[in-house]
Amino acid sequence: MGRLNAGNVALAHEIIGRYPRTKSALIPLLHLAQEQDGWVSDEAMVHIAELLDLTPSEVLGTCSFYEMFKREPVGRYLVNVCTSIACMLGGGDELLEHCEKSLGLTPGATTADGLFTLNEVECIAACTEAPCLQVNYRYFHRITNEEVDALFADLRAGGRSGEIPPHGTLTRVRQQVDPQRWDGRGGEGLPEERS
Amino acid sequence: MAVTDAPKLITARFDQEDAHTLAGYESSGGYTALRKALGSAPDAVLAEVKAANIQGRGGAGFPAGTKWGFLPPDVSPRYLVVNGDESEPGTYKDRLLLERDPHQLIEGVLIASYAIAANQAFIYIRGEMPFAHERVAAALNEAYAAGYIGRDIMGSGWSLDVVLHWGAGAYIVGEETALIESLEGNRGMPRLKPPFFPAVKGLYMQPTIVNNVETLSNVPWIVNNGGAAFAALGTDESAGTRIFALSGHVRRPGVYEVEMGKTTFRDLIEAPVYGGGIRNGRGLKAFIPGGASAPWFYEEHLDLPLSKATVDKAGSMLGSGAVVVMDETTCPVRAALRVVRFFAHESCGKCTPCREGTNWLEKIMHRIEEGTGRADDLDLLLDVSDNLSPGIAWPPRQTTICPLGPSAVSPVASSIRRFRDDYVAHIDQGRCTHD
Ligand SMILES: Cc1cc2nc3c(=O)[nH]c(=O)nc-3n(C[C@H](O)[C@H](O)[C@H](O)COP(=O)(O)O)c2cc1C
Ligand code: SF4
Ligand code: FES
Repeated sequence: MGRLNAGNVALAHEIIGRYPRTKSALIPLLHLAQEQDGWVSDEAMVHIAELLDLTPSEVLGTCSFYEMFKREPVGRYLVNVCTSIACMLGGGDELLEHCEKSLGLTPGATTADGLFTLNEVECIAACTEAPCLQVNYRYFHRITNEEVDALFADLRAGGRSGEIPPHGTLTRVRQQVDPQRWDGRGGEGLPEERS
Repeated sequence: MAVTDAPKLITARFDQEDAHTLAGYESSGGYTALRKALGSAPDAVLAEVKAANIQGRGGAGFPAGTKWGFLPPDVSPRYLVVNGDESEPGTYKDRLLLERDPHQLIEGVLIASYAIAANQAFIYIRGEMPFAHERVAAALNEAYAAGYIGRDIMGSGWSLDVVLHWGAGAYIVGEETALIESLEGNRGMPRLKPPFFPAVKGLYMQPTIVNNVETLSNVPWIVNNGGAAFAALGTDESAGTRIFALSGHVRRPGVYEVEMGKTTFRDLIEAPVYGGGIRNGRGLKAFIPGGASAPWFYEEHLDLPLSKATVDKAGSMLGSGAVVVMDETTCPVRAALRVVRFFAHESCGKCTPCREGTNWLEKIMHRIEEGTGRADDLDLLLDVSDNLSPGIAWPPRQTTICPLGPSAVSPVASSIRRFRDDYVAHIDQGRCTHD
């Protein structure tokens, strides 16, 4: 918990090496910390600041701008229900209401067992597929109340782990950098040298 | 009705199961355009894209070829940045292009980078789309391994690195200068233009082209078939095809690639192959023609063609290709409030009129919808709107660093102008009259 582990530090250096300037790796590294712990702790931000030669407040400054970064623990499953305009017209409000009942939560709250956090969110780019929600940013299009209940039951029983990784894990496919193919000329001639 | 038989340029592989793999993409003509482009001079490729007359698909509709031509010669490094931040309510197309045909975008990125003599490109994908991210990462890995990206591509002597980058939840990052700030690791707040036009002072203050996912996904087709063939589709003013996300109260909500200029809103909403008409045989109340920022359209606009110039002239915009349909039972106050809520939530806070104004609009709209509105609230709404967007004109006169602030005025002004009686009824009766 907290600081990035050895494996993630190695990954962090690989990511940093891809950008002409190190600070560009900040958001990717915050994602890495969130993937490791499920949220972004102060210790993680301090460690990232060290890795990028920034101050901790610079890291916090960026981190706090972006909604996906959680600076306190959240549920293992983030249930995000869209109620933006297209979904409102397509049953998003009713879907949210059903999720509230099914989980016994109001938006923003987490179940006592730490399993679910429910959120009401703006457009998730599935507007023609209303009503829709995401669980840890995995999509469920045109979902019915019955399907919602079955989904939550499965997750409570520890199922669907292949489909929905725990909160923090965004992508399970990383860009691989083969030094043989990586040209790395992009940063050449920049006024500020790579640190 | 004009449901034209124009070919599908960018959604052709949407039904091909394995299109996201290199083998699948190449089996249906993939990477032939790259080979062709590398066999000619960068200027010749640029000339084809200019001849295609393709307007950017991210919202502003600026011609891509013209934009590429703005780069100052001989300044390097220079960058290409792909805008995959799709998050304007109603908009759903870039995510599909990323998930279903990632190599098509990558090929477009390669060709565009070659044409503008860039050696590094960044694909910025909205953070809330991990599946799109996985698909693009896998495709990039394959393309690197095949020698299509990286050092000395296909023996041409030209090299390109492509970096996959991901956001972390902020709509405003879709604005191109905010996207650049975010890519530099900063809070995603827009920069003042001028002087920060990306083509001149962009990423790391170097010349940078920012293009939308859909714009670049068209480039392989343009190179394969020629700019003239693209320009022959649609009309002189709005060339090619475009993806529209049709949502709301239609029988068949969906994502449809249609020919621009010749297809009308009525075609899109009513044709059996597209929307199939309003749900439950109801009448139309209003529709949003181009995403949350766009002023609303009504019955009398149905026969307008899907063309930038025509829609601009009629007082709105095609924007991000999002058509949201509301039937006659929709409460206009609630619908407008929902759109305003979005802008209030997404204001980055850099400019006072937007930070304060969008929140005031939301608050006032909210109390009207809840039944606690006051008699002078309509005037107040219009007054706040006027502060955000002087004269409430179209296109808006901006008081802010980016167009987000004035965009919040669109739903408010539209709904008050057209449905004033509904607002008054809410206030007089102290309740939502559509509940
Ligand atoms: C508030 C705001 C949000 C935007 N969001 C997006 C977006 O999500 N995706 C996009 O491609 N363009 C978006 N744009 C437009 C970009 O600033 C820019 O014009 C576009 O990416 C350029 O690409 P194009 O010329 O290919 O359309 C947005 C603009 C504004 C003002
Ligand atoms: S108009 Fe709004 S979103 Fe745009 S820069 Fe100003 S405060 Fe930020
Ligand atoms: S409005 Fe809900 S996904 Fe776009």
